Amino acid sequence: MFSRSSIAMSWLSALAMALPGVCFAQDTLRIGLIVPMTGPFASTGRMIETGVNLYIKKHGNTVAGRRVEIVLKDDTGTPDIAKRLAQELVTNDKVNLLAGFGLTPVALSVAPLATQAKVPMVVMMAATSTITEASPYIVRTSYTLPQVTEPLADWARKNSIAKVVTLVSDYGPGIDAERAFRERFSSKGGAVAGALRVPLRDPDFSPALQRAADAKADALFVFVPTGAGTSIMKQIIERGLDKSGLKVITAGSIVEDEVLNTLGDAAVGLASTQHYSAAHDSPENREFVADYKAATNGGRPDLPAVHAYDGMHLIYEAVRKTAGSVDGQRLVDAMKGLAWMSPRGPVSIDPDTRDIIQNVYVRKVMRRYGELYNVELETIPDVKDPVKLAKKKSP
Amino acid sequence: MLTILFDGVAYGMLLFVLACGLAVTLGLMNFVNLAHGAFAMTGGYVTTVLLNDWHVPFLMALPIAFLATAMLGLLLERTLYVRLYTCGHLDQVLFSIGIVFMSVAAVTYFMGSQQQSFQLPAFLQGRFELELLSVGRYRALVVAMGVAILIILQVILMKTSFGSRLRAAVDDRRVARGLGISVGPIFSLTFAIGSGLAGLGGALGVEIVGLDPNFPLKFMIYFLIVVTVGGTSGLIGPFLASLLLGIADVAGKYYLPDTGSFAIYTLMIVVLLMRPQGLLSKAQ
Amino acid sequence: MHPAIQMTGRSRNTSFLVEQSRSGLAELAVWTILLLAMFLAPGRHQLLSEIAIVALFVLSLDLIMGYAGIVSLGQAAFFGVGAYSAGLVAIYVTSDPVIGLLVSAAAAGLVGFATSFLVLRGSDLTRLMVTIGVTSLLGEIANKATGITGGADGLQGISIGPLLGLIPFDLYGTTAYGYSLAILFLGIVLARRIVGSSFGLSLRAIRDNQLRASAVGIPVNARLVAIYTISSVYAGVAGALMAQTTQFVSLDVFDFHRSADALLMLVIGGTGYLYGGIIGAGVFKLIQSVLSDATPQYWHFWLGLLLVVLVQVGRTRVIRSIANLLGLGPRQISPQANDAKMSQPR
Repeated sequence: MFSRSSIAMSWLSALAMALPGVCFAQDTLRIGLIVPMTGPFASTGRMIETGVNLYIKKHGNTVAGRRVEIVLKDDTGTPDIAKRLAQELVTNDKVNLLAGFGLTPVALSVAPLATQAKVPMVVMMAATSTITEASPYIVRTSYTLPQVTEPLADWARKNSIAKVVTLVSDYGPGIDAERAFRERFSSKGGAVAGALRVPLRDPDFSPALQRAADAKADALFVFVPTGAGTSIMKQIIERGLDKSGLKVITAGSIVEDEVLNTLGDAAVGLASTQHYSAAHDSPENREFVADYKAATNGGRPDLPAVHAYDGMHLIYEAVRKTAGSVDGQRLVDAMKGLAWMSPRGPVSIDPDTRDIIQNVYVRKVMRRYGELYNVELETIPDVKDPVKLAKKKSP
Repeated sequence: MLTILFDGVAYGMLLFVLACGLAVTLGLMNFVNLAHGAFAMTGGYVTTVLLNDWHVPFLMALPIAFLATAMLGLLLERTLYVRLYTCGHLDQVLFSIGIVFMSVAAVTYFMGSQQQSFQLPAFLQGRFELELLSVGRYRALVVAMGVAILIILQVILMKTSFGSRLRAAVDDRRVARGLGISVGPIFSLTFAIGSGLAGLGGALGVEIVGLDPNFPLKFMIYFLIVVTVGGTSGLIGPFLASLLLGIADVAGKYYLPDTGSFAIYTLMIVVLLMRPQGLLSKAQ
Repeated sequence: MHPAIQMTGRSRNTSFLVEQSRSGLAELAVWTILLLAMFLAPGRHQLLSEIAIVALFVLSLDLIMGYAGIVSLGQAAFFGVGAYSAGLVAIYVTSDPVIGLLVSAAAAGLVGFATSFLVLRGSDLTRLMVTIGVTSLLGEIANKATGITGGADGLQGISIGPLLGLIPFDLYGTTAYGYSLAILFLGIVLARRIVGSSFGLSLRAIRDNQLRASAVGIPVNARLVAIYTISSVYAGVAGALMAQTTQFVSLDVFDFHRSADALLMLVIGGTGYLYGGIIGAGVFKLIQSVLSDATPQYWHFWLGLLLVVLVQVGRTRVIRSIANLLGLGPRQISPQANDAKMSQPR
């Protein structure tokens, strides 16, 4: 019996040794990257990874005398796994920062840990407004949904759209987008004729689209996660909704650069607001797009890539500002107020909310160089997260 | 009203084309093949590549998708599946889930994780506007194919000698073998056809439900619902179940948008409580 | 009493005792390993605590599948109810973890009792689908009840007080592991009492032949309802542990993949001897952890390959050799015997 259990013991200790060892050197900057690399949101995770690697390749793997090390973890989109991984990254791998975070629940589940461990957490995708309030150590380089949705409502009113039906996926960001659009649009005198919510994992949009068609509105506001937009667009075309005079407008979803080309000419003219387009006309962006294409065999960068690229820039600049100190509080303080020229245009970190302040662009889908692009037509400069702005005013 | 009904029918028919292969392997051959969706995904990707990179016409791509997936099914059946017919269901579950995991990762590796799509030919886009309803052309094609597949399979199963040998082999493998029926090749061919049909369903589904590497996991439950609710004794049951589920799902979401997503599961539970063996089943 | 009968009676008794003591030693080995892990693997407490929680969850499935022959892909329903109950108790009532655990157990048991009547009839396939359906409906309800559950954003603001008012939960997961391990231990001890009792034996009779069991006077339905309810309590406690140790609950707790993973782990670990959960969860989670660290993008491929090879080589053989190595005698392990039950009435 003893021999048996001792065999088992030796097995276990062998296993323990085989697990990734802990090593900690003073001159490194360790960043734990928690992203969905498998599962329904895998494409977000892969794009974040590419953006991070692109930045490191471009700007070197040392900053302020520290060698940058990325520890990549797959959270599978599951909050409790993400929480455990973050805990392990902090306690075992001794990371100095956490970054990534594709989904809102994942970011929210890790937030208390960031506070407890005093580790800065750079959110590179999750876009629900409340996230930065969950911990004083969270800094966000992506966007918030109201930030890009309210300008769309304004634009719609200016372009004599009076009656709108909203169609969103039934999850945090979708509901956020719906609320932001409805409130802004009604406050400007528009009417929301119907608010449709489609389950997140729903394969068929036809019932919702039929309702939208029945409502006889001027425009259909859509917000769905990346990927679902393609099938919505196809069904809109199939139903001839585009020809019946119903305009489709969106705060960036459907016309993501990642899938835009597959929509075909039916998408031409589709209006949207968003903070980044691969067609953004600036030297920084031309370089970024070219590098991205080279790194991914001709792929086109989309939001997660640029958020991750900027997130890395934020981290590099903060470490430079603290002259190499990796104290969590000092890093977050250094990040507040940082401003730089991103591929998406000028951006800065709001010192009050730790959210990003950026330009929002009104774009229309056009054909350029034989491909479809979101071409930016109007710029609304320096947009802050309107939810937190309103909160600040009201109390 | 009729438009909603038609959309439901079309959605149901798509479910049927996707799931009828599983009705054959699970229902007739009693093999729990959770990797059915992986074959459907293969068909979808074959079609996407054919259309986008090789510029093959859509209607030509469909039979190629069927054949390619059937060949893959045949290959896997001969090498791996064949050893598991006699194993317990749990082994089959474990094995086919393993296949699903591998297919998801392999497709991600070769094709990337983004959503795939292609352009339909012009004659399949748009709608026929009829007196009372308007019918999407593509959906009409899906309905037609669903009905055609049901008829062809039913004829093969009931009227041909292949069908009767298959039914004999399914009912009692040993006796069938004793009667000189070569059970192995019959099962291989049946499995290949089942996989091919999944591939065809996957190809047809790209336009309506989309396609990404998670397809086999996302739709596994839907396939199982169709087969369970329909009963495992033939193809008419799953056909009716597909129709019922398609209509209930679409109509539920249209008329009760707040609670419509409950429809498909509630319906399934109610049907299974009343008829635990599915809508149509052999007498016990 | 006739001496011969007495003899056979005694010899059966003694062989039963021998078996008990054998398994006792084997069990001792398992618990020694789990306890020693506390000291030998200080950096892996978070993972170990996850394994302990999942092991308890898989145990809940073993109780109905291995002992009563009810297959289910819906254990996540009770896991979810337990998790949300624990979260809500922590937010609105008290931060004491043990009280939260008890409330969650009661809530999950209640839901389990209410839904147990749905799985009394039908083939394996029917039961699988009904349990999936129930879980999906509960998940959908949680999604709609945004006011209570926080909807898709998840339940936030859970804070858990120190264990027994003394030991706070730490960043390294040490308290979490000790806590989960203690509950798992209690769970196994209790489960052994249950399956060893006449109630447990009657369940096995039902599993092996329902018709014969009812013929000898076993109230089949009542027994199935009872074990299903007990099993849901176990799943609920596992969910509550998860909620308390991660201090977060989201809709994901009802996700299909949780039930499916549990089934996979149970099949890997072997059904019907209570330790299948611990072994299955340990093996599965360790492999998953190592693989996903090595290749975060494609670990599914290697996991899938392992499963395919495992089945092709022969699951029983692999499990038996591992179990031998761990000191669990082969006598307790007979996955094949239970598989035979898993066939569809046709």
